[in-house]
Amino acid sequence: MNNRIFQIAINTFREAVRDRVLYNLIAFALLMSGAAVLVGQISLQIERLVVINLGLTAVSLFGIVIAIFIGIGLVSKEIDKRTLYTVLSRPVRRWEFISGKFFGLVGTLVVNTFFMAIGVFGALAYVSHHLERSDGWVLLALYFIVLQFMIITALALFFSSFSTPIFSAVFAFCLFVIGSFAGDLRNFAAMAHGATRWLASTAAYLVPNFSALNVISGVAHGQSVPLQLVVLNTVYALVYTAAALSGAVLIFERRNLK
Amino acid sequence: MASAVLALSLASSAFLVHTVDQLRDSTSPQEMLYVSSPKLLKRLSLGYEGLLADIYWTRVVQYFGGTHSRGGGTYKLLWPLLNITTQLDPHLIPAYEFGGTFLSAKPPDGAGAPDLAIELVKYGIQNNPGDWHLYYDLAFIYYDLRDYRHSADAFLKGSQIPGAHPFLKIMAAQMAEHGGDVATARMMWTTTYQTTHDALIRANAAAHLRALQVNDDIMILERVVERYRVQTGRFPESFSELEAARMLNGIPLDPMGKPYELEGGGRVVVSDPADLPFIEKGLPQGYVPSAIPRLVPTN
Amino acid sequence: MPAIEILSLEKIYNVGFWRKRAKRALRPLTLTVGDGEIFGFLGPNGAGKTTTLKILMGLVFPTSGTARILGMELNDPRMKAQIGFLPEQPYFYDHLTARELLTYYGQLSGMDGKQLPSRVDAILDEVKLTDSKNVQLRKFSKGMLQRAGIAQAILHDPKIVFLDEPMSGLDPMGRREVRSLIERLKERGKTVFFSTHILSDAEMLCDRVAILNQGELRGVGGVAELTAGVHGKVEIVWHGSAIPSAIRSMGAECHAAADTMRAVLPEESQGLALEALQRDGFRLISLTPVRSSLEDYFVSQLDAQAETVQVPTQARSN
Repeated sequence: MNNRIFQIAINTFREAVRDRVLYNLIAFALLMSGAAVLVGQISLQIERLVVINLGLTAVSLFGIVIAIFIGIGLVSKEIDKRTLYTVLSRPVRRWEFISGKFFGLVGTLVVNTFFMAIGVFGALAYVSHHLERSDGWVLLALYFIVLQFMIITALALFFSSFSTPIFSAVFAFCLFVIGSFAGDLRNFAAMAHGATRWLASTAAYLVPNFSALNVISGVAHGQSVPLQLVVLNTVYALVYTAAALSGAVLIFERRNLK
Repeated sequence: MASAVLALSLASSAFLVHTVDQLRDSTSPQEMLYVSSPKLLKRLSLGYEGLLADIYWTRVVQYFGGTHSRGGGTYKLLWPLLNITTQLDPHLIPAYEFGGTFLSAKPPDGAGAPDLAIELVKYGIQNNPGDWHLYYDLAFIYYDLRDYRHSADAFLKGSQIPGAHPFLKIMAAQMAEHGGDVATARMMWTTTYQTTHDALIRANAAAHLRALQVNDDIMILERVVERYRVQTGRFPESFSELEAARMLNGIPLDPMGKPYELEGGGRVVVSDPADLPFIEKGLPQGYVPSAIPRLVPTN
Repeated sequence: MPAIEILSLEKIYNVGFWRKRAKRALRPLTLTVGDGEIFGFLGPNGAGKTTTLKILMGLVFPTSGTARILGMELNDPRMKAQIGFLPEQPYFYDHLTARELLTYYGQLSGMDGKQLPSRVDAILDEVKLTDSKNVQLRKFSKGMLQRAGIAQAILHDPKIVFLDEPMSGLDPMGRREVRSLIERLKERGKTVFFSTHILSDAEMLCDRVAILNQGELRGVGGVAELTAGVHGKVEIVWHGSAIPSAIRSMGAECHAAADTMRAVLPEESQGLALEALQRDGFRLISLTPVRSSLEDYFVSQLDAQAETVQVPTQARSN
C-alpha cells in the first residue's frame, strides 16, 4: 500500500518537473536579485525588512498559484485524458490514488520552497552582509507557508475530484482570500445576530484559517513565534488537510468515470 | 514587415505612456492611495500587509521628495500615506521619525500639522513600547512647538525605558530648566543630526544648525560693528574697513561659504537668504521669503 | 470456476439538464466466460461493450446486478493484480518514456522490484518497442501507443486480459501482430476477453462470442454454432448470358463474366433455381455454398431487432 502511494507521488512530482513548473524559480531568483540590489536605494534602515517581506510574500504567492494551478487538474486531467483507466484497473485503491497525488504536489512545493529559501537567505546576506540569529524565525515563517500549501493543495484536489478546472480554480482561490481574513470573519460573526450569525460562524470556522498561518510581518521585524502557535497550527493544518482529502476520497470513490 | 510593425508599435506605446503621464501631471489623491481606508486595505492585503506597508513607505518618501523638489506645498497626502503605512505595519519605526519631523514642520518644508505628528508618534509609542527613539521624536515635536514642559516629559518617559540612551535623561533636565535657550536648540539639532539614518531628516537638522550658527555670527558681528561705530562715530561701509581697523581677521563668511554683507544702519545680513532657511536674524530689509522652498542641501 | 461471471448487470444513466431522462446503456446482461477462452464481445458502436468493460474494471458502477472475475469481487485488489486492461484509444502519461511507464505500472501492480527491469525490457521486446523505450510517450504514433497499451496490459502476466477494440487505428500489419499476440496468450493459458466491431477478427480468433446491440445481449455461443443457424447463400454458375425469369424474380444478385453467369441466392431458393435452369435449358457449371459468416448472423440479429421495434404497440381494447 505504501509503495503504491509513494509511486503515485513520485510520478506526480516527475510530471510537475517535466512540465517545467520549477522554472518559476528563475522568475523568483530574478525578483530577489533585483530587490536585493535596488532595496538599498529605497531606505537604508529597512533593507532587511523589505527583503524578508518581499521574499516571503513571493514564496507564498508563487506557491499558492502553483498549488492551485496544478492541484485543480490533479484528478480532472486524469479523467479527461483517460490516463486513469489503466491505473485504476490495477490493484490501486481510489483513496491511494488521491493520497499519492496529494503527496506528489506537496512534495513538489516543498522542493520549490527549499530553493526559494536559499534565495531569500542569499538576498538577506547580500543586503546586510551577515545573518542574525533572529533570521532563524524566517525558517518558521517558511514552515507555516508550507502548511498553507498543504491546505490549499488538499482543497484544490477536493474540488478537482468533482469539478472542472476553472471552477476548481475559482473556488480554491476564493477560499484562499476568505481564509486570509478568517479572523475578521469570526469577529464579525460574533457581533452578528440570528441567521446571519449562524451562517457567518459556520463559514468562519469552515474556511481555512490562513490568518493564523501568516507571520511574515512579525518575522520580518525579528519577532519570535510562540511554540504553542507552532504546535496548534501544525495540528490544525493536518486536521484540515485530512478533512479536505477525506471529502475528495468520498466523492471520488463514488464517481463514474466517463 | 511584421518586425517593423512590432518595433514601431512598441516605440509608440512607450511614447504615448510618457505623454499621458505628462498630461495627468498631478495624480489625484485617490489614485495615489488606491484605497483610502487603512483597515480595508489591511484586509485586502490577504496577510501580506508587511510588504504593502513597505510599498506605501517608499511612496511616502517619493511623494515627499518629489513634492519638495517641485516647490513644496502643504503635503496634503503625507498624513494619509503615513497613516496607511503605520496601520499596515505599526512597527515600521522610520515612518514615525519621518512623520514626526515633516508633519509638524511648517510649509513649504512640511505639512504644518503638529497635532497629527503627535498623534502619529503616540500611536508608534503605543505599538512599540520598548523603543525609546520614539520618545525622542515626540519630545522634538513638542520642543518645536515651544511646549517645553511636554517635551521634558517625553524625554523623561523615554529615559525610563531599559536601554535608553543616557542623554534622554540629560535632555529631560535641560528642557525643564532651559527650554528656550539657544544651547538647548543646538543640543537638540546636533543630536538629531548625529543619530538619524534618514538623509532628509539629517539635511533638515543641518539647516537648523546653520541657522543657529548664523544667528550667533550676526550677533557677534553686529557687536563688532557697534564697537566700530562707538570708536569712529559712523557705521562701516564694508567689512574691509573693520578688517583695516583690526577688529576682524578677514571677511566673515556664512555657513554656506558666502560673505556676510553690511546694510545701512549697522545691520549685518546674509547675501543669499534663500540658501539659509530657518534664520531669524540677518534677513535683508524687505526680504520676503518666497513660497518656493528653500533647498535643504546636504553636506 | 469460470473466469468471468456476469449476472444481470445493468447500467442506466440519468441524462438531461435535470437528470430526469433515463438512458439505458446496458440492459440486464448475464454472461459467463470460461477459463482459457478467447471470448469476443461484439456489437456496433454504442452497443454497450465499453460500458460493460468499464464496469468490470471498476471504473463505472452498475445500477444493478453483480459480476465476479476469477471468483472475486470487482473491487478486490487481489483480483486486479491478475487482470490486464487495454482501453480503447489508450492515452498515457505522455511525459514518461515507455520504459518509465511500464516500470511505474509494474510497481503499481505489485511486481517484484528486482525482477521488474528485466521483465519490462522483455515485454518491450515482445511488442517491438525496444528501439523507442527511452522516447517520451508524447512522441509516439498511434500504432506505437497501442503497442505500449498492450505491453502494460500483459506486463504483470495476468490470468485474464481485457482488450477494448485492440485493432482500432492499426494498419493491417499491426492488426496481424495483435491477432498473433492474442493467439500466443491463449497458448499460455490466458483468458482473453476482447471487444470489437470487426467481425472477421472475431471469426478468426474467438472460441465464443457474444453480440450486443443497444445495450442488450442478442446472442451468445460458439462461432460455428451461431452461424449454423443462419441460412446461408449459394453461388450458382451457368453457361450463357441470360437469366431465367424465375431466378430474376427471386431478386438474386447476378454478375456476368465472359460467357458465364453467376448468381448468389439464399440457400432455401437453391432448389427452385436449379429447376428453373434445367427447364430453360441452361448448362450448369457449378453450385457452391457460400459459408455463412458471423456477419450474416450479426445482420440477421440486428434485422430481427429492427423488426420487433417496428411493430407498433397497441392498447389492448378487449
